[in-house]
Amino acid sequence: MLSSLWRYRHFVLSAIRAELKGRFARSRLGALWYILNPLAQAAIYALVLAEVIGARMPNMTSVAAYPVYLMAGMAAWGLFTEILNRCMSVFIEYAGTLKKISFPRLCLPLIVWGGALVNHVMLLSAIAVVFLYFGYYPSITWIVIPLGVILISMFAFGLGVLLGILNVFSRDVSQAIGVVLQLWFWLTPVVYSYEAVPANLRWMIRLNPMAPLVRIYQDALLFHRWPGYEGLWLPALIAVVMFALSFVVFRRASAELVDAL
Amino acid sequence: MSAVVLDVQGVGKCYATYRSVCGRFLSWFGVKTATSHEFWAVRNVSFSLRAGEALALIGSNGAGKSTLLKLVTGTVRPSTGTIAITARISSILELGLGFNPEFTGRQNVHFAAGLMGFSRRQIEDLMPSIVEFAELGDFFDQTLRVYSSGMQARLAFSVATAVRPDVLIVDEVLSVGDSYFQHKSFDRIRQFKEQGTAILFVTHSMADVRVLCDRVILLDKGAILKDGSPDEVCDYYNALVAQRESATVECDQQRTDGGWLRTRSGTGQAVIAAMSLHDADSAETVAIARVGQPLRLRIAADVHCDIPQLTLGTMLRDRTGHVVWGSNTFHSGQSLSDVRAGQQIAFDLAFPCLLGPGSYSFSVALVSGDTHIENNFEWIDNALVFEVVNAGQDHFIGSCWLDGKYTVVPAKP
Repeated sequence: MLSSLWRYRHFVLSAIRAELKGRFARSRLGALWYILNPLAQAAIYALVLAEVIGARMPNMTSVAAYPVYLMAGMAAWGLFTEILNRCMSVFIEYAGTLKKISFPRLCLPLIVWGGALVNHVMLLSAIAVVFLYFGYYPSITWIVIPLGVILISMFAFGLGVLLGILNVFSRDVSQAIGVVLQLWFWLTPVVYSYEAVPANLRWMIRLNPMAPLVRIYQDALLFHRWPGYEGLWLPALIAVVMFALSFVVFRRASAELVDAL
Repeated sequence: MSAVVLDVQGVGKCYATYRSVCGRFLSWFGVKTATSHEFWAVRNVSFSLRAGEALALIGSNGAGKSTLLKLVTGTVRPSTGTIAITARISSILELGLGFNPEFTGRQNVHFAAGLMGFSRRQIEDLMPSIVEFAELGDFFDQTLRVYSSGMQARLAFSVATAVRPDVLIVDEVLSVGDSYFQHKSFDRIRQFKEQGTAILFVTHSMADVRVLCDRVILLDKGAILKDGSPDEVCDYYNALVAQRESATVECDQQRTDGGWLRTRSGTGQAVIAAMSLHDADSAETVAIARVGQPLRLRIAADVHCDIPQLTLGTMLRDRTGHVVWGSNTFHSGQSLSDVRAGQQIAFDLAFPCLLGPGSYSFSVALVSGDTHIENNFEWIDNALVFEVVNAGQDHFIGSCWLDGKYTVVPAKP
């Protein structure tokens, strides 16, 4: 399976390029939307929560701290949902191709994964510019971001491919996940900080593997802190297991995949 | 004998419906779960294909032809059996190749060729020949949304056949596209075959089958019903179409001395008792006719049951199975009504022998109306075979004697 993927590496690379181009075909701003969308979303939250409700980061005096915190969390969360959602729908999107050409099917989630990573890098660069504007200068802790990217994307890829396979056989899956993701977002400290959660509810956050993964971003970008490794080994393990499991299940399900498309 | 490039052994494909989605998931991990319904689209099919051989799959809709092609292509995995391919395979299944409507023709070529395993460099090298063969003009660089289905078929065929594959799989796509492109793609397939490509294709056109194929497989309900030479299987299929309508039809085949295959089917309510070919003037029987000779085909029919309407059809075919001429007494307004049991009827068909030299056959049918589908009393393929020689005319080739006259006028010096 892996050797055939290697043979198709050139195709995967050119398909990633086509995927980025194709998604915003017939739109003037094109790929700029990848950056504008999450930034606008962060701006809306910052406006509503900081200006209207008066949310502030605890123990931080800077006005910019909250928008920076929001952007860091939303970049991490955005990467997760982007890969998850695209992996989940990719088999159905490419049904026509799957039925007509025989090729390593695992290319498809790899293509959307690659596309999402490229977008994420673009978004991170844009965020860096915004940070500079707010007077937040790059710190050495930023170099830990790739670790967050790898763990989040492995987790999202594994979960996405698993759900994507299930989704081929039962389309309820993608609908249900839409609701689950909304709830999950609010159970992850992105908009609020972990410290703001009442102590008797913190167990919910501790059960959430996305919370420490998002925190890598927040720690590195805002607090200039190295990640707390003791809290990270469990989500890292979950990410790796999910990733591996998706390959195993894919192998088993692959024979029946086209039958149901 | 050339090498076997495709070997299909005992292949079956089962589409199972599970009682619940969970049952299906568990079955991937070896848990035995009850399926509520199993449908075998293809069952126990075995055949092998050698380099340069062309094999057609025929059969009614839902017989499993397309599923079998998908199995060989590899997009659908077999439930049982093995498929061994020792060479590069290229397939054109249904319309298009899973093209993206937002991309231009060129981008889609990149995508599809990439999926087929070509590198970027190879695709760039192939592009000019693809552009040239597809003949899409300015449309090649426009998005696929604006393409007609025929244009998509052109693009798909051009990409799939850009490099000569060792096995080419074609699923009915030749029926799309205009006749110009049909001829062009047919020529390319024929060239590939001569260069050693094995061809596996599905068609409903018996004419294509006879022209291109060395072998035909007739599929019915997913299984091979008959595997043999084109004339044998096509005539059998034709007889079978009639059988669908009335269960009492019998069908048997035998090969005559000259290599013609005689296929007989029908209910037997009316039968051909005798059949002979005569010179129209002298009434002598003719086995070898001259070009231009006036001929008369005499047919005697015995009626065994009361029949509301009786029509005689005759069809003249050349050696390759192409129909040269065919008609019936329904079209000539001479159908008989209310024929009684025990009656004998003499039919007489007079015609000038406007045929080219070669071997020809008459197929005859006793039916009720225009087609043999409704009531097929008796149908005999290649019932009477005769030769045509050129004794008195200038030399010519072809299956038709047009009696063309040249006028040659040299210009004055």
